[in-house]
Amino acid sequence: MKIVKTGAAGTLESSDVMITVRSNGSNGIEIDLNSIVEKQFGKQIHAVVKKTLADLQVEDALIGVQDKGALDCAIEARLITAVYRAAGIEQVNWEALS
Amino acid sequence: MPNNIINHEIPDVILKQYGRDHFSGAYTNTPHVRVDKGNRSLPRLSKIIDTLEQVILKSGLKDGMTISFHHHFRGGDKVVNMVMEVISHMGIRNLTVAASSLTTVHAPMIKHIKDGTVSQIYTSGIRGELAEAISNGLMDNPIIIHSHGGRARAIETGQIKIDVAFMGVPSCDVYGNANGYTGTSACGSLGYAKVDALYAKKVVLITDFITEYPNTPFSIHQDQVDYIVQVDQVGDPAKISTGATRYTTNPRDILIGSLAAQVIACSGYFEDGFSLQTGSGGASLITTKFLREYMEKQNVHASWALGGINAQLVKMHEDGLIKRLLDVQSFDSEAIRSIGANRYHSEIDASYYANPLNKGCAVNKLNVVVLSALEIDTNFNVNVLTGSDGILRGASGGHSDTAIGSGLSIVVAPLIRGRSASVVNDIQTIITPGSTVDVLVTDRGIAVNPRRKDIAEDLSRYKLPIVPIQVLKEKAQKIAGIPEPINFEKKVVAVVEYRDGTVLDVVRQVKA
Repeated sequence: MKIVKTGAAGTLESSDVMITVRSNGSNGIEIDLNSIVEKQFGKQIHAVVKKTLADLQVEDALIGVQDKGALDCAIEARLITAVYRAAGIEQVNWEALS
Repeated sequence: MPNNIINHEIPDVILKQYGRDHFSGAYTNTPHVRVDKGNRSLPRLSKIIDTLEQVILKSGLKDGMTISFHHHFRGGDKVVNMVMEVISHMGIRNLTVAASSLTTVHAPMIKHIKDGTVSQIYTSGIRGELAEAISNGLMDNPIIIHSHGGRARAIETGQIKIDVAFMGVPSCDVYGNANGYTGTSACGSLGYAKVDALYAKKVVLITDFITEYPNTPFSIHQDQVDYIVQVDQVGDPAKISTGATRYTTNPRDILIGSLAAQVIACSGYFEDGFSLQTGSGGASLITTKFLREYMEKQNVHASWALGGINAQLVKMHEDGLIKRLLDVQSFDSEAIRSIGANRYHSEIDASYYANPLNKGCAVNKLNVVVLSALEIDTNFNVNVLTGSDGILRGASGGHSDTAIGSGLSIVVAPLIRGRSASVVNDIQTIITPGSTVDVLVTDRGIAVNPRRKDIAEDLSRYKLPIVPIQVLKEKAQKIAGIPEPINFEKKVVAVVEYRDGTVLDVVRQVKA
């Protein structure tokens, strides 16, 4: 999936995450993580973001993650939504998403 | 046979037998008695000193001494920062600050630590920037964390010797009778300050409201007070109390509260004349609301409620459901009003509340307590001091005091907070030993300490989601994932004292 504009999803509520996806030319994936549980779950959050992007076949993107203690499933869901928005895809086949 | 100065013969043998001296004049040995019989505003009849700086000089405060503060103004406190600023400016160094607790408003203490004004801190709690700085190794000496009862014990036994107590009071008269429920900065009970007033060598009152003598009924007595200073404001009323404490609307807290109330109602402790204490957290507060419903339905009255008193407990008192309130700290505007208005809403001091070494403290008579927790391990040990990141962010308070004193101690906590599991294998810091905790209530189930087979049996007769605590731990881990361990330096930044004065745990500096 190609990132063509800035897409965001999520909130800054406790237990949620705000994810911003922006174009990064052809410079690969860059993740800017800011989490209240960075010390305990930083690596895990990086891993979830990378895996989700790989599943969506996103190769180049700047990912901003403002995490307020979201669970993996919430991070994944917010990231998928933000990527679709950033890719300019309005019709999403939600059922096809695993 | 020698005469005294009024020319009466006193036999020497009498003086010797009773170890007394001759009378030498009515005013000679009583420095506080007025000699000049002038008018009411005679300086001798007032303890008011113009400025903080003058009063600090008069108090004899010197390098290396111990000063104390109370935390009845909570997040609205202006006294600590105001006094420390002046002391620091006067160049007095190496002080021990023995505060009953410190909060987020006390961040300016960081600069007083850096410039050497403060070299040691005793407190029940610590939060915000100051807590973070201390967690990151700001101080050479670790701070000492004590419980409310533990502090009273330390002061009464002389382990903490207070040289000067700086005491913010909402109102006082020119002679030092002070109370907490009149004036614009009203805070209710002055329970923590009362201990300091009794034991400090010098007592300085700081107030923004001087009222007519005698300011009765009073909490701090004129015979305990050395000096008084009037300032613009001792606290920010909006932050001292936040109106009547409201019930939470968070569905998870409501669920936890309703389960906790069920546990109380189903336990053998729920009978006419029982006593209770509930904390100030969301789930703990709403437990009171559900408990009230059980009390009304089953016509059960409480004989008394203890501790931090709030609007809900006041309402139940005024509606006749709780006969008496014992108040060491008034949490909201309703509690502040009530302590002034209600005959059986009594102010108690911290020693009466929870000192384990006096001749009988109130927590010992408590039937049920509901407490919160940041973390609890599978042996029911509780952490209310450090976050899952290892940083200081809480308070010991009356947690360990009430847990051991009560017949039924219930800890309420969401199973997962943010992404941090509350039920874990190893808690960061222990404040309350698991051997004094009876039941854990979470949104995903209730666990009874295996030590309390009687409670387990009582509860088993009802439909309650009771599971072993290990099951709760595994559930939490499955949802939140396994955190990476926090890395600590060797340096100890805080020492956790148990209420008896023994060392229960230490907190180490967090690795950057």
